[in-house]
Amino acid sequence: MKHLKAIIASIALFAMFAGTSLQAKVEIQWWHAFGGRLGELLDEQVNKFNASQNKYTVVHTRKGNYSETLNAGIAAFRAGQHPNILMVFEVGTASLMAAKGAYVPMYQLMKDAGQKFNPKGFVSAVSGYYTTTDGKMLSMPYNSSTPVLWVNKDLMKKAGLDPEMDLSTWKRVGNALDAAKAKGIDMPFCTCWHSWVHLENFSAYHNIPFATKANGFAGLDTELAFNSPVHIKHIQTLGKWAQEGKFKYMGRRNEAGKNFRAGECMLMTESSAGYAGIKKEAKFEFGIRHLPYYGATEAPQNTIIGGSSLWALSGKSKEENKATAAFLAFLSRTDIQAKWHQDTGYLGVTTAAAKKTKSSGFYKTNPGTDLAGIQMMRNKVTQNSKGLRLGSFDQIRGIIDEEMEGVYNGTKTAQVALDSAVKRGNVLLRRFERANK
Amino acid sequence: MEKRVFFKGWWLPALLVAPQLLISFVFFFYPSGQAIWNSLFLPDPFGLKTEFVGLDNFRFLLSDPYYLASFKTTVIFSTAVSVSSMALGLYLAALADRLIKGAGVYQTLLIWPYAIAPAIAGVLWLFMFNGNIGLASYYLKALGYEWNHTLKGDQAMFLVILASSWGRISYNFLFFLAGLQAIPKSIIEAAAIDGASFWKRFGTIVIPLLSPITFFLLVVNIVYAFFDTFGVIHTITSGGPEQSTTILVYKVFSDGFVSQDLGSSAAQSVILLVLVGILTVIQFKYIERKVHY
Repeated sequence: MKHLKAIIASIALFAMFAGTSLQAKVEIQWWHAFGGRLGELLDEQVNKFNASQNKYTVVHTRKGNYSETLNAGIAAFRAGQHPNILMVFEVGTASLMAAKGAYVPMYQLMKDAGQKFNPKGFVSAVSGYYTTTDGKMLSMPYNSSTPVLWVNKDLMKKAGLDPEMDLSTWKRVGNALDAAKAKGIDMPFCTCWHSWVHLENFSAYHNIPFATKANGFAGLDTELAFNSPVHIKHIQTLGKWAQEGKFKYMGRRNEAGKNFRAGECMLMTESSAGYAGIKKEAKFEFGIRHLPYYGATEAPQNTIIGGSSLWALSGKSKEENKATAAFLAFLSRTDIQAKWHQDTGYLGVTTAAAKKTKSSGFYKTNPGTDLAGIQMMRNKVTQNSKGLRLGSFDQIRGIIDEEMEGVYNGTKTAQVALDSAVKRGNVLLRRFERANK
Repeated sequence: MEKRVFFKGWWLPALLVAPQLLISFVFFFYPSGQAIWNSLFLPDPFGLKTEFVGLDNFRFLLSDPYYLASFKTTVIFSTAVSVSSMALGLYLAALADRLIKGAGVYQTLLIWPYAIAPAIAGVLWLFMFNGNIGLASYYLKALGYEWNHTLKGDQAMFLVILASSWGRISYNFLFFLAGLQAIPKSIIEAAAIDGASFWKRFGTIVIPLLSPITFFLLVVNIVYAFFDTFGVIHTITSGGPEQSTTILVYKVFSDGFVSQDLGSSAAQSVILLVLVGILTVIQFKYIERKVHY
C-alpha cells in the first residue's frame, strides 16, 4: 500500500508541474499513447494546430501504451490532476461511458464552446462505437483501424508460392503455411493483438456474438459468448499451428510486428495501421489482404474497429474547454483526417476524408490501403458486428490472453481455455455491473 | 548486566520517540488503515461512487483459482531467489576470502551488480533473452533449444528468478564476506592443525559462526523477493504467461493499477499484510532460536 500511495503522489506531483506555465495563451494537456512513427505524426498535428492560431497551446505527452495511458489518466483524475484530453483505446470505452461525471460529452463540449460540429460527418461504423444508444456522441474518434492480413511476398516466393494466391479463407492460409514450413521458413505465421483479431473481430466477421445483449451495447447484464464451436475450431487451429511450428507467438500486443518488418514472418494478422511502420522499415515487397474467414459460412460480415477516441475530461475551466473544443474540431478537419489516413493506414474516420483520399488517387498508387475501409463497411452492420461495449474489458482481454497462451503452448485445449476465459470474464462483468449500477 | 535508564519527566522521551511515531503513522498506520477500510468497498475506477460490500472482496479473491495459484508462485519464486542468491553469495564470498592478490578488484566487481536498480536489471536480462533481438535466445536457438518466455511459463519463471537473484548475489556476497572476515583466523587455524579438512572446518566452525548473518540475510532476502522484485517482473513478463510469474505483490499492482479494481487490490494488500506479519513472527520465534550470536 505504501508503494501505491507513492505512485499516486508522484503522478500528482508530475501533473502539477506539467500544469504550471505561462498564462498568456490558454494551454491544454493531451495525454496519448503514441510513440515511434505515429508519435511523430501526432506531434506534427499538434504543431500545426499551435501554429494555426494564437489563442491556444496544446501540449502533448506520451504516457506509455494504451493501457498505461488510460490508467495514468484515471489515477490523475482521482488526484484531481488530469489532462484536458485523454486518449482512450476502444477497450476502455465502456469504462469511460459508465463514469458519468468524469468527462464532458463531445456534443456538449462543442455546443458550449459554440463550435460547429457535425457528428453525421463521421463514418457510422466508427462513430457508432462512441455514441450512446440515443444518438449522442460522447468522444471523438481519433484513430481507428481494423485487422488485415499482411503478406511478405518475397517469403511467399521463397516458399514456392504464388505471392498473389488466394488467401481469403483460413483453409487456404493453412495450405500456404504447410508449404512454407516444408520449405523451411522459420515463421510462416504470426499475429498481433490476438484477442482483438482472432476472437473479437473473428466474431463480427462470422456474424456470431462475442457477448450477449448485442455485445454489451444493450445492457450491463451482458455475458461473454466466445466459446461457440466456431470460435473453438479457430483457436484450436491456431494452437495446432503453434504446436507444429507454423505459428510463432511473440506476445500479447503488437510484438510480432517487429518480426514481420524484419522480414522473418511470412503472413501476419495485424491492424491496418501497421502500415506506417511497415512502409518505413520493410526491405521486401509486401501486400495487404482481407482478413481470412472460414469458407463454410456465407461470405464474411464486416470487421470492427480498434484504436482510440479522445475524451474531454471534466473539471476544467470554460476557457480550457473552449480550447479543447477548438483542437478537436481542428483534428476532424478533412485535410488533417485525409493526411492521417494516408500516412498511417488508420481509417479515414470522416466520410469527407475518405472521399478526398479516393479522388486524390492514393489508393491506386498504394494498392491495398483501401481494403480496411472496404472490409469494415462492406455489409449492413448487424448486432454482432457493431462493436463491443464491455466493462473491465482491458482486464478481460488479459484473461483471454492468458488462456489462449495455454492453447498455444499446448497445456490446454481450445475448449477448456475458452470456457475458462468466458467463466472468469463473466465474474468481472458482474463486478463491473455491480460497481456501475 | 542489563542497563536501564529512566527519564525523569515524560516530555523528553515523548519528544525523542515522536519522529519515529510520526513516520510510522504517516507511512505505515495511515496507509494500512486506508487499505483495510478500502477493502470493504467496491469503488468505480474514477472514484465517483463507491459501495460498501463488507467482506465480498475477500470472498471474490478466495474463490479465484488464479489468486490461490499466486500463493504457490510466490513461494516458489521467493524460495528460489533467496536460496540461489544466498548460496552463490556465500560461495563467492568463500572464494574471495581466500584471495591473496587482487582481492579488492574482485570484491568491487562482485559488488557492482547491486548498484543496478531492479527495473534496469529486468530490462538488461530481457534484452538478452528477447525473442526478436536477444543474444542468449539466438544462441539457444542455434543449439536447438526453443526459447520463448512469452509463451512458456517455466522459462519465464527461470528468467525472472535469474534477473532477481543476480543483483542480490552481490548484496549477499558483501555480508557473507564481512562475516567471514570477522571469524577469528586462530579458530580456523587451530582446527586445521587438529587435522580438520576444509569442508569439516566450513561445516562445523564457519557456518555456525555465520548464522546471525545468514538469518539476517534470510529475512532481508525474503522481504526483497516478496516486495522489491516488482520492477523485474513488470519489465520482463508483466506476470505472464498465464499468470505463471504473478507473485502476490504483483497481483496487488496489476489488479489495482492495471485493472482499476481498487477494492480487490486493497483486500489483497490486507491479506499480504497479515501474511508478512505471520512470516516475521515465525522467523523470529523459531528460526532465531537456532542462531548463535
